[in-house]
Amino acid sequence: MSALSDTPNPRSDPQTVDSASIELKRNMPLVPAESIAGRALVTVIAIMTFLASLTAGAAFLIAGASQDWRSALGREMTIQVRPAPGRDLDAEVKKAAAIAGASAGIADVRIFAKEESERLLEPWLGKGLDLSELPVPRLIVVRRNADQNLDISALRDALEAVPGASLDDHHLWLERLAAMADTIVIAALVIFLLVLVAMTLAVAFATRGAMAGNRGIVDVLHFVGAEDRFIAGQFQMHFLRLGLRGGLLGGGSAILVFLSAGLLSRFWLATPGGDQIEAFFGSFALGPKGYGAIFVIAVGIAVLTGLMSRSIVFRHLQSLH
Amino acid sequence: MVRFENVGLRYGMGSEILRDLNFAIEPQSFQFLTGPSGAGKTTLLRLILLSLKPTRGLITLFNRDVTTLNKDEITGLRRRIGVVFQDFRLLDHLTTYENVALPLRVQGRDEVNYRGEVVELLRWVGLGERMHVLPPVLSGGEKQRAAIARALIVRPELLLADEPTGNVDPGLARRLLRLFIELHKSGTSVVIATHDLALMDQFDGARRLVLGDRRLHVYD
Repeated sequence: MSALSDTPNPRSDPQTVDSASIELKRNMPLVPAESIAGRALVTVIAIMTFLASLTAGAAFLIAGASQDWRSALGREMTIQVRPAPGRDLDAEVKKAAAIAGASAGIADVRIFAKEESERLLEPWLGKGLDLSELPVPRLIVVRRNADQNLDISALRDALEAVPGASLDDHHLWLERLAAMADTIVIAALVIFLLVLVAMTLAVAFATRGAMAGNRGIVDVLHFVGAEDRFIAGQFQMHFLRLGLRGGLLGGGSAILVFLSAGLLSRFWLATPGGDQIEAFFGSFALGPKGYGAIFVIAVGIAVLTGLMSRSIVFRHLQSLH
Repeated sequence: MVRFENVGLRYGMGSEILRDLNFAIEPQSFQFLTGPSGAGKTTLLRLILLSLKPTRGLITLFNRDVTTLNKDEITGLRRRIGVVFQDFRLLDHLTTYENVALPLRVQGRDEVNYRGEVVELLRWVGLGERMHVLPPVLSGGEKQRAAIARALIVRPELLLADEPTGNVDPGLARRLLRLFIELHKSGTSVVIATHDLALMDQFDGARRLVLGDRRLHVYD
């Protein structure tokens, strides 16, 4: 076959072949990469990933802090000895301490002196009061040995030998703390799921919009012999790229927030507010697990975006047939 | 290759826009499909391309009853057909080279395997120097040639061209016709939809399929 007669004949210049080959752009995405809708979707995914990562990070922090509170409280117990007329309180305190000290699984027993017990009342009664006439109970702090089991009910039974002595293993307080922490973690999980659902809907709308906006491209691809899975794959790649950009942007921002919060919390550490925040969230240190989770969320959202758009496009193409 | 038997088409509950179509397109044949504007030339090409389903009658394509085809089989048959659209339908964000290579790319072929083939065809249609530009920069005639090259790159057994000379001057129209005739001589069946009588008069060896009154009349 001959070339069209009025056209230049590149065969006469062998160098043209190479230079043209080098300059060619090849395998560009078949779905146009840049569009206003695409940028809007990247922003939406970034915001959603940021919120999801913050929620997950906060859940991590609270779950970690709650674990710290539980293990700290679980390591200690308190024996309270109430005074009664006609009894030697000091002797009974020593007897109770001796019983506790003799039990297996106890690492340390410390008797709070009368002055120390009275000082514990200062937040309620104020300073400078003479409490010698008041029947202030005496406290014994018992520290458990982490490596040895302690039979709490046996210890409680043994303390019955001391009138007015009772053992508090912080069981109720621990249960309340656990319930509070679990509630917060569950709430965070629910928020996380809601964010995911909102993002899924945004991606679904964006995919349908992209399908409508690129209808001409889809038609041409069909006419030149593209299979549905090829077309769906092209859209999947397009949305996976958008999802990765949005996900990494949002996840990266969330990681920056946690790193900044960790640095700020170190500056505030000595202040009352800082102490309160630390009591609740710990030291704001997410740790490798937390940062890893945020990375997984970012990549997971990108993958979810790609897979979901593929599924929507595939269904749409099937409906065309 | 293509056979229509009592084929009719209507949209919705309206009257038939094409009725009682009976004709065949034989291998290595050349035919002009003509008729006044709005007679249904593009619609008939879409029926052949399986982008429309007839409301009655039987269409056989490459010896297959099209009603029995599944999606993958339809895709397989489309790969044996080259199509040149009236409005070119080039993808504006892809270069001329990528547009022409598109039918090979969607088949999953590796780019290095077809690069030389595409470059050679682009030169053959006179676009060797324009292969790396985007379609919005091309003239009407260049777009037309790029669209033709895209249809030819898969060496189709059947070429459908919808008004392929509608946007070019008479000189280029003659050269494009020569290109189709050469393609026909190399073994491809060609169907050119046109209402350009002067163009049809330039090739006596073609059958004429004339659409009028919603029916098709064949003049051998």
